[in-house]
Amino acid sequence: MSQHPQPSADAAHAGATGAPAQAAAVQPAAAQAGAHARPVLEIAGLTAHIAGQQVVEDVSFSVPATGITALLGRNGVGKTSTIKAVIGLISRTGSVTLDGERIDKEPTFKIIRRGVGYVPEDREVFSKLTVAENLRLAERDASPRRQLVEELFPDLLKRASQMAGTLSGGQQQMVSLARALLNENKLLLIDEPTKGLAPKIVQEVAETLERAAETVPILLVEQNLQVVRQLAAGAVVLSGGRVVHTTASALEFLDNEDLTQRLLGVHADAGHGEDAAAGHGEDTDAGHGENAEAGHGEAAAPANTQTNPNGAQK
Amino acid sequence: MSTIVLLTVTGLGLGALYFLVASGLSLIYGLMGVLNFAHGSFLTLGAFAGWEFARRAGADNWWTFLGSLLVGAVVGALFAAFTEFVLIRKLYERHIEQVLVTVGLSLASVALFDGIWGTDTIHISGPEWFRETTGILGAQISNDRFVAIIAAVLVLLGLVFFLKRTRYGMIIRAGVESRSMVTALGIDVRKAFTLVFAIGGAAAGLGGVLASHYFQYVSPLLGGSLLIFAFIVTVIGGLGSLTGAAIASVVVALLQQFANFYLNGTGDFVVVVALALVLLFRPSGLLGRKS
Repeated sequence: MSQHPQPSADAAHAGATGAPAQAAAVQPAAAQAGAHARPVLEIAGLTAHIAGQQVVEDVSFSVPATGITALLGRNGVGKTSTIKAVIGLISRTGSVTLDGERIDKEPTFKIIRRGVGYVPEDREVFSKLTVAENLRLAERDASPRRQLVEELFPDLLKRASQMAGTLSGGQQQMVSLARALLNENKLLLIDEPTKGLAPKIVQEVAETLERAAETVPILLVEQNLQVVRQLAAGAVVLSGGRVVHTTASALEFLDNEDLTQRLLGVHADAGHGEDAAAGHGEDTDAGHGENAEAGHGEAAAPANTQTNPNGAQK
Repeated sequence: MSTIVLLTVTGLGLGALYFLVASGLSLIYGLMGVLNFAHGSFLTLGAFAGWEFARRAGADNWWTFLGSLLVGAVVGALFAAFTEFVLIRKLYERHIEQVLVTVGLSLASVALFDGIWGTDTIHISGPEWFRETTGILGAQISNDRFVAIIAAVLVLLGLVFFLKRTRYGMIIRAGVESRSMVTALGIDVRKAFTLVFAIGGAAAGLGGVLASHYFQYVSPLLGGSLLIFAFIVTVIGGLGSLTGAAIASVVVALLQQFANFYLNGTGDFVVVVALALVLLFRPSGLLGRKS
């Protein structure tokens, strides 16, 4: 059923492999200082706005240097906004550190060039460019990893001269993933890669992510909890634009029906969180209500998890 | 028959001038979302620069004409790039301010041109061949019309080649679809912004020199008079679509010519009616993206 990422010598992963007493894979940034390996991404006090409206509020967490970390939450809680804020696609304040270097004052293109691959929600392939042009546009390294991409996505080779807008959703997702995998990256930010895809394609995407995670850490926004079970080591849960729960073991979190019901609005076994979620705009009232509830969950949470009653990591 | 041919070729010549202005407007709006009301100033400065070059060269032959085209294009490109770099760059996504700045620049530049070259129109003469006519199906057509048409076709082919075959062209096409995604691939899209302004300015500067020969004069108001119709062309063709701009340039200019001749000089009115119809029934234009 579930399949964890490969165990790592990194102590940060010990929690995900059944040793909760050791350091957590996903921790509040301050607590991460004691971890053996430096997290690839550290976010502290991140606040972001879209059109004057606050969509991310004082978010702090870190992403370990290996494996997949899931960013979870109901619809509209700020997952996509958090990812966009990390790379500066929306205006933000707070501290964002990539591989030990502050990037929060830099424009998006410079952050990406530092080694961040971004796969947006809804693919965002350039529909009037061919598949080959979409990929060429993404090449920023002197020697892009074309061979890897051809190996992972052989179908794209056959469709190199096809307009990307005429591809199926699954094929467009492959283009979007391929664009991120063409370059050597320190981190991949992947936003709902299985959204709207057929189950068979979902599995293909999951396998691709699993393969990618062998060489690069991934922060993954994903509503399909089966995929999260299969791939993620740790997890960060957002509600109302704030972090309400962090855990080194996504599996333990998903197995905690009480927590998943309260924080995601779904039983993990239901598979797709989005299906069971109450709908859009939940974050508006979910923010405070859920945080208060989350306070009760803290006592029941495993040692390597933190449920934050105030949403902020201290 | 000869009247129809005459109106058609004259209309195509005028359409060529519209296209040279509208192509830049459309690309600039498509990539950056900037409605550039200063675009007419690029044309006017290009026209004056070309005329100054020809005047100083002291001869009205093909070489001075080609030189004036080059000078007009380069000056238009430099003025446009300067405008983007100094005035527009800090105002992306601030549309009201962009309109205010570009309208202000267009007014200020007309005043500046008035100060430098005076308010009177300056008559232009080019190579002798321009004043001659060529007979087509009984219609005697002024040769300068053919020059404008050929130049616009070459510019269109050059732009298509640039957009389809070069990396920056690819960036611009991608940027027209999603500027933020281009940035999220690690591309400094601001360079493309400056480049698009420079290309638009070059086309407008070239158009300025050709317009001065087409109308046989240059004046500080030359760009403004063409800009209005270029905006109409851009909207009818579809904001951001080069092919749409080319088609709409021809349609608008032909409508204008035929309506002026057959409907008692109502060409401008007919064009505005066409614009209203497009906005009502196909708001994204002939080839624009549907929102």
